[in-house]
Amino acid sequence: MEAVNLGCVRGSRRLFTGLNFTVSPGELIEIRGPNGSGKSSLLRIVCGLATPAEGELRWNGKKTATLREEYFAELAYLGHQSCVKDELTAAENLRIAGGVSGHPLNDAETHGLLTQVGLENQRHLPARSLSAGQRRRLAMAQFLASKAKLWLLDEILTSLDDAGVRLSRQLLTEHLSRGGMAMVATHQDLNVTSGAVKRIELAT
Amino acid sequence: MFRWLVWRDIILAWRRRADVLATLFFFIIVVSLFPLGIGPEPQLLRTIAPGVVWVAALLASMLALGRLFGNDYQDGTLEQLMLTRQPLYVVVLAKVLAQWLVSEIPLVLMAPVLGLQFGLSQNTLAVMTVSLLLGTPVLSLIGSIGAALTLGLRAANVLVALLVLPLYIPVLIFGAGAIEATVNGTEPQSYLLLLGAMLVLTVVFAPWATAAALRISVE
Repeated sequence: MEAVNLGCVRGSRRLFTGLNFTVSPGELIEIRGPNGSGKSSLLRIVCGLATPAEGELRWNGKKTATLREEYFAELAYLGHQSCVKDELTAAENLRIAGGVSGHPLNDAETHGLLTQVGLENQRHLPARSLSAGQRRRLAMAQFLASKAKLWLLDEILTSLDDAGVRLSRQLLTEHLSRGGMAMVATHQDLNVTSGAVKRIELAT
Repeated sequence: MFRWLVWRDIILAWRRRADVLATLFFFIIVVSLFPLGIGPEPQLLRTIAPGVVWVAALLASMLALGRLFGNDYQDGTLEQLMLTRQPLYVVVLAKVLAQWLVSEIPLVLMAPVLGLQFGLSQNTLAVMTVSLLLGTPVLSLIGSIGAALTLGLRAANVLVALLVLPLYIPVLIFGAGAIEATVNGTEPQSYLLLLGAMLVLTVVFAPWATAAALRISVE
């Protein structure tokens, strides 16, 4: 993944301009910066939900704007919103997310993923009755189900307890050691133990 | 993936069936108010029946539009759906199909029963059902464009009405026209064929426009 000369404008403000970076297999990019510096905007541009004011993104040398669905199949994005359906149970949420993303899960896989994120006892509870941290864990399970190569995470550590923070570090480390790529907007140190870590500092 | 998405929306609608039932009851009540208000004048009722049923169907289908993308937009699942390996066109088509199955089919099934209040003949009731069956998917498809354009706006409901109702007019004219033709003893085929043509046209073009509108709204 390669970004060439990216620029982003929000309203009348120029958030960043001339941003160049590459992400290779096994690499993690930490996006740092104060509130309002454009961390989320950058992630939304990278995942293709927003279009950059200038510059372009390339995946394996081809423009992502033309690849579109081919590119979407390789990435998973988790923003500020829960991305969980309140009316469905944890297991239903996960199975449907898997099916929609093109990787249908059987019962054993669903159970395995929920165990991995520590929700095996809540699997038949409607997501409505889960806490904010538990929803975040469920969203992480959906993330794993998508089997994406490029992870784009916006503030993953918010509302997670200590165990949740350790879990997301462990998942990220495993992902990188499998040759995955990740871009994470964060205020805390991620302390991943494998892969190369680069850092993008955004200023206001 | 198409199947998963349709199934997902049907389950979600079932878990929130109060919303769906509200739309259906709105349709039933609006249609029933006319015979009650006008009184037992069979000739007049037969004359106004086509228009009343179709106008009520338009309004009911518009009520359901807010739910089409609104809930998914609020909890972020819409963004996830936009980032799947399927073209957005397919996502939109699946969501509109689920919406039609859940919100419009009960309405189509209910219409003949309501038509009895207007003293319509069996033949007319059959034509009415067919015209609704052909016309309501057009309403859902056209409505999806308006729903996508007004996503996340305040006063979205009023805006959707202003955007979408004028576009519903051709469906209203030909839908009501088909029933009227049968009431007057002429053949309704030409009206039904035109409705069918509109359905084909909107199936091809509306999801495409909706997908473009969604991209703008989400950004």
